[in-house]
Amino acid sequence: MLRATLKSLLARKLRLVLSGLAVVLGVMFVSGAFVTTDTLGRTFDNLFTEGYATTDVAVTAKPKVAVAEMDGEEVPTPLKASVVDQVAKVEGVKEAIGMVGADGARVIGSDGKVVTSFGPPRIGANWTGLDAIMEMRQGRGPAADSEIAVNAEVAKAANIKVGDKVAVLTQLPKQTFTLVGVWGYTDDRDSIGGVQEVAFTTPVAQRSMLGQTGVFTQVTVRVDGGQTPEAVRDRITARLGDAYEVKTGKQLAEESSAGFKDALSFFNNILLGFAGVALFVGIFLILNTFSIIVAQRTKELALMRALGASRRQVINSVLTEAVAIGLIAAVLGLGAGIGVGALLVWLFGRMSGGMDPATVGVPPAAILSALIVGVVVTVVAAVLPALRASRIAPVAAMQDVATPDRPLTKITVAGAIVGAAGAALLGVGLYGASSLLLILAGVLVTFIGVALLTPLISKPVVALLGRLFSWSVPGRLGRLNSGRNPRRTAITAAALMVGIALVTGVTVIMDSAKQSLAAQAEDTIKAQIIVSGEQSGPRPPTFDEAVLTKAQQISGVRSVAGVWSDQAVIDGERTYVNATDDLAKLADTYGTPGLTTLRGDQMAVSVEEAKDRGWTVGSVHEVQLPRGEMHKYTIAATYDEDRLPGSYMLPAAATKEFGIIQPVIGFVRLDDGVAVDQVLPQVKQLVADSPEVSATDRSSFIAQQSGDFDTVITMVQVLLGLAILIAVLGVVNTLALSVLERTRELGLLRAVGLGRAQTMRMVTVESVVISVFGALLGVVVGAGLGTAVVRALDGEGITDLVLPWERMGLYLGLAALVGVLAAVLPSIRAARLNVLSAIAHD
Amino acid sequence: MNGTSVAARAEEVWKVYGSEEARVVALRGVSASFGRGRFTAIMGPSGSGKSTLMHCLAGLDTVTRGTVHIGDTEVTGLGDKALTRLRRDRVGFIFQQFNLLPTLTAAENIRLPMDIAGRKPDPQWWDTVIETVGLKDRLGHRPSQLSGGQQQRVACARALVSRPDVIFADEPTGNLDSKSGAEILSFLRASVREHGQTIVMVTHDPVAASYTDRVVFLADGAIVAELDDPTPETVLEAMKSGEVLV
Repeated sequence: MLRATLKSLLARKLRLVLSGLAVVLGVMFVSGAFVTTDTLGRTFDNLFTEGYATTDVAVTAKPKVAVAEMDGEEVPTPLKASVVDQVAKVEGVKEAIGMVGADGARVIGSDGKVVTSFGPPRIGANWTGLDAIMEMRQGRGPAADSEIAVNAEVAKAANIKVGDKVAVLTQLPKQTFTLVGVWGYTDDRDSIGGVQEVAFTTPVAQRSMLGQTGVFTQVTVRVDGGQTPEAVRDRITARLGDAYEVKTGKQLAEESSAGFKDALSFFNNILLGFAGVALFVGIFLILNTFSIIVAQRTKELALMRALGASRRQVINSVLTEAVAIGLIAAVLGLGAGIGVGALLVWLFGRMSGGMDPATVGVPPAAILSALIVGVVVTVVAAVLPALRASRIAPVAAMQDVATPDRPLTKITVAGAIVGAAGAALLGVGLYGASSLLLILAGVLVTFIGVALLTPLISKPVVALLGRLFSWSVPGRLGRLNSGRNPRRTAITAAALMVGIALVTGVTVIMDSAKQSLAAQAEDTIKAQIIVSGEQSGPRPPTFDEAVLTKAQQISGVRSVAGVWSDQAVIDGERTYVNATDDLAKLADTYGTPGLTTLRGDQMAVSVEEAKDRGWTVGSVHEVQLPRGEMHKYTIAATYDEDRLPGSYMLPAAATKEFGIIQPVIGFVRLDDGVAVDQVLPQVKQLVADSPEVSATDRSSFIAQQSGDFDTVITMVQVLLGLAILIAVLGVVNTLALSVLERTRELGLLRAVGLGRAQTMRMVTVESVVISVFGALLGVVVGAGLGTAVVRALDGEGITDLVLPWERMGLYLGLAALVGVLAAVLPSIRAARLNVLSAIAHD
Repeated sequence: MNGTSVAARAEEVWKVYGSEEARVVALRGVSASFGRGRFTAIMGPSGSGKSTLMHCLAGLDTVTRGTVHIGDTEVTGLGDKALTRLRRDRVGFIFQQFNLLPTLTAAENIRLPMDIAGRKPDPQWWDTVIETVGLKDRLGHRPSQLSGGQQQRVACARALVSRPDVIFADEPTGNLDSKSGAEILSFLRASVREHGQTIVMVTHDPVAASYTDRVVFLADGAIVAELDDPTPETVLEAMKSGEVLV
């Protein structure tokens, strides 16, 4: 029996390849995700090990606000210079160096623009000489306060050379220095992991990066020969007490790396999610293929039954075929996944600027998941066809069976039940439990329900769609063909539906959110001019505070307010906070009446946040900012969440203790009747020295803010492209099999005078009708799902429902195009058919 | 027989399949003419080349050497486009397996070649054809709702309705019981006698052959005998005498 199975498997290479390809693509995604995260994980390990290679022990003050890796850069708490001396005296310490190093040194390149970063920080540090892995490329370290040195990464990105005057933004507004040196790292590297570094003299570094002199961010310790870092660490800890964190270089490397790995596992989960969608779609394709294979093998299977094979053997025969396909596909998918992983890692290295990726490795998880996913998915998809195969009566071998169209009642009832269950899950997930897992399960079950209902829907819809093409005989024949096997058409279309539905759903949600936020901003923000910039790297763009006061003096300006932003710990909980120079003015620019300037010990909180935490006006709370001591603030006022930026508003005084002591956004409201064009050029002039930001009118600001939503849509489109590609394979598969099955018919049509071009058109129409049907289902289901989510988010500020007709039309158009493309090979095959062999009897 | 009264003609037609050792010669220099308005049967044992001859005559297969004419048109040497048009406009087919499109109704199947050509059937002729094949009340049915005999009658109507120069019928009664077969054959003969249709039929059934005006016997790729105005007995006689074994 096994040999017979394998032989029939080989005899059906085409189907093997097509159905296998779906699994290959899915497995590729899964194993690619594992390979990428594993390799990047090791890249980070190497990176941080290297970064801390010359540090035996490091001493830092405990941060006032502990920030997780990838949640922004932690603001270091300054160490007094005396700590350096204390550490130097500990037994076993060979050398203790006071280091200044903090994110936020932004170099202005020779083109006048701030050098951007795609993630790695832009460190400003004090020059403490070359360590073991640094190499001077040109010049020397800074000796005078007017001098700086940069690493080669910065020099290249900014296009600057030794001797140039270079402007740098720090905590202080723009300062200009003379570049006296450029350094690199061993093995000809420009940086460690793409980090941009600027070295000042120690006092300048302290002033610029920490806002005060006589303090450091870290004491770097080298131990005497014969001493272990661990022993010295413990002695330093004993000497300094627990206000300090004393760690070995190895510990620091491990901790930093672990932080990045958390972020990576998030990335991994996203990739796996999309892989799941791709595999889900793949199941449709495989199910369809096996159904057709079983239908075509009816005689063969019946003969086996007649010759004494049991039902179980027939089932096993089909499942063995599935296992074989699954295994082969898993192995190929794993290979492709390793390739994809390598590509992603390489891309990551390029994008992050100078990151040196570790050698691509294949973790056991990748191999294991590839095999399990490949085989399980294929076998699951083959179970139904296998059961059907086992029900073939032996007598079928003797008859010329025309498989009668089975009634659709059962499948329709099942579809209605499953669909209702999915909708119920979705409803509970959205409105009741607010659980993402329930929502996802609901979406999945709904898809299955709709897929089961599709055969019934397909009859009228396909007939209707087909009318569009019925003006020619080939078109009419194509339409009739696509309505011929509702189950097959339905499954093929349903596979396409899944991808399109998800893309449409996300588009609906994103467009609605965008529209809602824009409408809200349009409604609330009264300021006509906004000063802001696009963030690159972990630090938000900032501008000189003086811009605010100068802008206030421009004639025609009614009020100007700046907003500062950072993280703080409030009553023991870390949260994002904002501060403003003057709440009364900010409220005016926002059009929120009734708020007055905050005193130094007052704060304002959003109504929603106050309610959540059980606070009222007048209650007092402990606020720890990134710098300085703990302060008590009294709630002076509350405001509606959407009437001011953020949930917390602190007074002007608090900004001195922010990690980033410059404003990130500025609002300018004009006197009534003053034209924006009259004032905007002057404000632009004011921010000329703050190249990270620009002054724009309100509508450009809103457009800029909502750009993120479009990015999400694009990303989802790209990632779901794979699922759609698999669905397209399904269309190709179905068509190829239809052509194969209808050899005799095609032969007849050719014999009675259907031309080659007409034959191709006939197959193409069938393909386009199936594809557009699938896309139509997808757009409708996706719009439904999106609408449900948007309605559920009504309370979260997404109040407008936007149905993206243009994009939905685009998806339909693309589906038609996909239909044409999918038909290319099958239709060529149909047109090349040898008329004679097609009609010759036996 | 002069040129204008010949519907299809083969001259010195050779058909060779494969090459070298696997060479099979299906037709060896066959020359035959099929008169306009005549019903001709091609008979011969399996492998005699009778189907190949028909395929070559109908432009479904290419010849290795020699020429084939349909009317005045030389079929040999035509490209796919011209061949397709020739089949569409000037040739009709009736197959053993009926070969109807299951998605179309009987009427649509009958009209199919005309639809493909973008022509309208002559209403009077249409009525005549439908009446002769007796399908008036079955026109809206799909092939799966028709009996074998009815399906073959649809196929016959399809071949007739476009008034082709010649209809090629390949064992048209091979899949039918003798009663349905007899109906089809009478009907084909009637269309020749009453409407001047030309029909060339491949068969191995002497009874079927007896409905025709003339029988051409093939054996081993060559014409070995001819018989005018056959009866089942004369056909059987011809088959028994000599190498004409069916």
